[in-house]
Amino acid sequence: MLEMLKQSNNPEICKPLVEAVIAKSKEFQKKFGRKPAFMEVCGSHTMSLARTGVKQCLKEDVNLISGPGCPVCVTDQRSIDAMVALAEGENRIICTFGDMMRVPGSNKTLLDAKIAGKDIRVLYSPVDTVKVAEENPDKEVIFLGVGFETTIPILTLMVGEAEKRGIKNFSIWMTTKLVEPVLRYLLDAGEVNLDGFLLPGHVSIVLGENSYKYLEDEYNISGVITGFETAELLSGIYKLIDIALTGRAAIENNHPAVVSKTGNRVIHKWIDQYLTECDEAWRGIGVIPKSGLDLKPEYDQFNAKKRFTVEIEEPRKTKCRCGEVIRGLISPSECQLFGKACHPMNPIGPCMVSAEGSCAAFYQYMRESY
Amino acid sequence: MEKYISLAHGDGGELSNRLIKDVFIEAFGDGNAALFDAASLTISTHRIAVTTDSFVIKPVFFPGGSIGKLAIAGTVNDLIVSGAKPAFLTCGFVIEEGFPISDLKRIVTDMAYEAKKTGVTIVAGDTKVVERGSADGVYINTTGIGTYEYNSGCSLEFEEGDAIIVSGTIGDHGIAVLTARGELGISVPIDSDCASLDKMLAGVLTSTDGVRIMRDPTRGGLATTLVEIAEDFQLTMKINELDLPVKEEVHGVCDLLGFDPMYLANEGKAIIVVANRDKDKVIDILREFPEGRDAVVIGSIIGKGKGQLLLETPLGSKRLLTRLSGTMFPRIC
Repeated sequence: MLEMLKQSNNPEICKPLVEAVIAKSKEFQKKFGRKPAFMEVCGSHTMSLARTGVKQCLKEDVNLISGPGCPVCVTDQRSIDAMVALAEGENRIICTFGDMMRVPGSNKTLLDAKIAGKDIRVLYSPVDTVKVAEENPDKEVIFLGVGFETTIPILTLMVGEAEKRGIKNFSIWMTTKLVEPVLRYLLDAGEVNLDGFLLPGHVSIVLGENSYKYLEDEYNISGVITGFETAELLSGIYKLIDIALTGRAAIENNHPAVVSKTGNRVIHKWIDQYLTECDEAWRGIGVIPKSGLDLKPEYDQFNAKKRFTVEIEEPRKTKCRCGEVIRGLISPSECQLFGKACHPMNPIGPCMVSAEGSCAAFYQYMRESY
Repeated sequence: MEKYISLAHGDGGELSNRLIKDVFIEAFGDGNAALFDAASLTISTHRIAVTTDSFVIKPVFFPGGSIGKLAIAGTVNDLIVSGAKPAFLTCGFVIEEGFPISDLKRIVTDMAYEAKKTGVTIVAGDTKVVERGSADGVYINTTGIGTYEYNSGCSLEFEEGDAIIVSGTIGDHGIAVLTARGELGISVPIDSDCASLDKMLAGVLTSTDGVRIMRDPTRGGLATTLVEIAEDFQLTMKINELDLPVKEEVHGVCDLLGFDPMYLANEGKAIIVVANRDKDKVIDILREFPEGRDAVVIGSIIGKGKGQLLLETPLGSKRLLTRLSGTMFPRIC
């Protein structure tokens, strides 16, 4: 497997693939008089496309647009402010993914709260939150449950573990997002012209290939499920152009080693057991009905939103255009703050701070000189 | 300037750089002293090198070393990369109440062993004990004094075409320590590269006069150290991603956790910028030593007048590398 992954980044394989994609795109351009445009809807794709140089190599021939794929970036400002306010409460331990620490709230970040003495812990393995709760029975231990379908199974595992061990002082502040509702939103809004989606490899392990049929059937748009190595990204883009040239929509699985037709059944069972659909607010978009998952009422004891109330004010307005970036309407460099007032050491919006954010990817990997 | 100190101020990256400039250089003056790993002083007619370093690593014992070994090797390396032969060390301990004496003995035994191996003498020391909770186990500061005894040092006279060499695989220390903390939930069979490089680098300094600069890429990793060199001396440096020596295990953990090996700490590696004509000779010398057996050329100086570090990807595209910026690695050195 490791050998296979190494091959996926072998320049002897990848450089000819770049040429092949460009040649395919020329064919497309000749036929349609414009460059093909595809959107990736996974933060890891955004990062990989930039880090490996694929986006740079194809910039003249393929329009690769980053969509709402970074879980931190799509989190609504109110929700971020609420999590910071939650961390300010007494007698609490907040556990979180590292990405959340420096995300700017209206007044402060979680990192500011930590420096001021609040107990906020970055965990690499979220399930450890349950252990933290067990070791600190006199404190309320809350995990900030930010994420897409890839993170959601871990959250259900945590609840299962806390239930099994009879832990009462553990809860999750759920603010999860689902891919399908936001793709439907983008397509219904029709703000961006796309020839297809580079579909997320990780999320698709959970969802399965069949879950994207609606794209083809209802919207007549294509999608190729793609992995994260250089050759995988390039072959995914090649296939998208190839399908677009036929003039018909299709869903293709370019990541069959790990993505099945029906997805991970075990995870589907966990989700059915613990979670229920809920409305979620998205940054720059607003509330999309049934676009998230919350704990079912019978698990209210683990639902931080049911157990704690936080008061937040109207979010502070900034000139940050993260909302437009995640909808694919502008490139990060079109925001007037980009690289000037807003950079990784002083992020104005979450897209600049998250390890999967479009602005962070652009800043870190797409600049060729100062 | 931020209002409060965060852990990122200690990670060797962008915030550490700002802390040094805005607080320490602002108060103490002489920004040039901050450019190198050791200061060069002249007392009467004798030139000596002085450096100091504090070690706060957690855990104090880790695969491939301990805080004791690190406290000697780290300071020895700061001297030798500055072109000085390590001669004397002082050490100061801050110990938390309740710390096991047996652990302290293990630590000082490691220190004595490493000092003997490198031929440095520990000449002065200090011990302070603080209340339980006021420190985390034990912290060690070592100050090192070295003398300039080699025929040539680091000329700092860079030319286009100079080769950039790294003495071995990068990121081993960072991954070994992070996994030893047990917080990642994974175990990786990898040892820290913690080692004194004095003999190996003395070999380089005595056999060539083409060395421009040497640095040890500790906190902040290879990329941060190279950015510092590029900016301090206004050089455009280019390194090739394909040439970077990274162990498969390190690659694996980085892929899993989203780290970049170029930003992970090393404690037994040197970056050497050397005249192109001498690069093969330097590689041969490095490879004679176990800690230098994976030494390779990773790039070159491609221009002067603009301080920037470029990375060429396997696809041939280029991108800018910056200092480590605000990644919150736990205490790793």
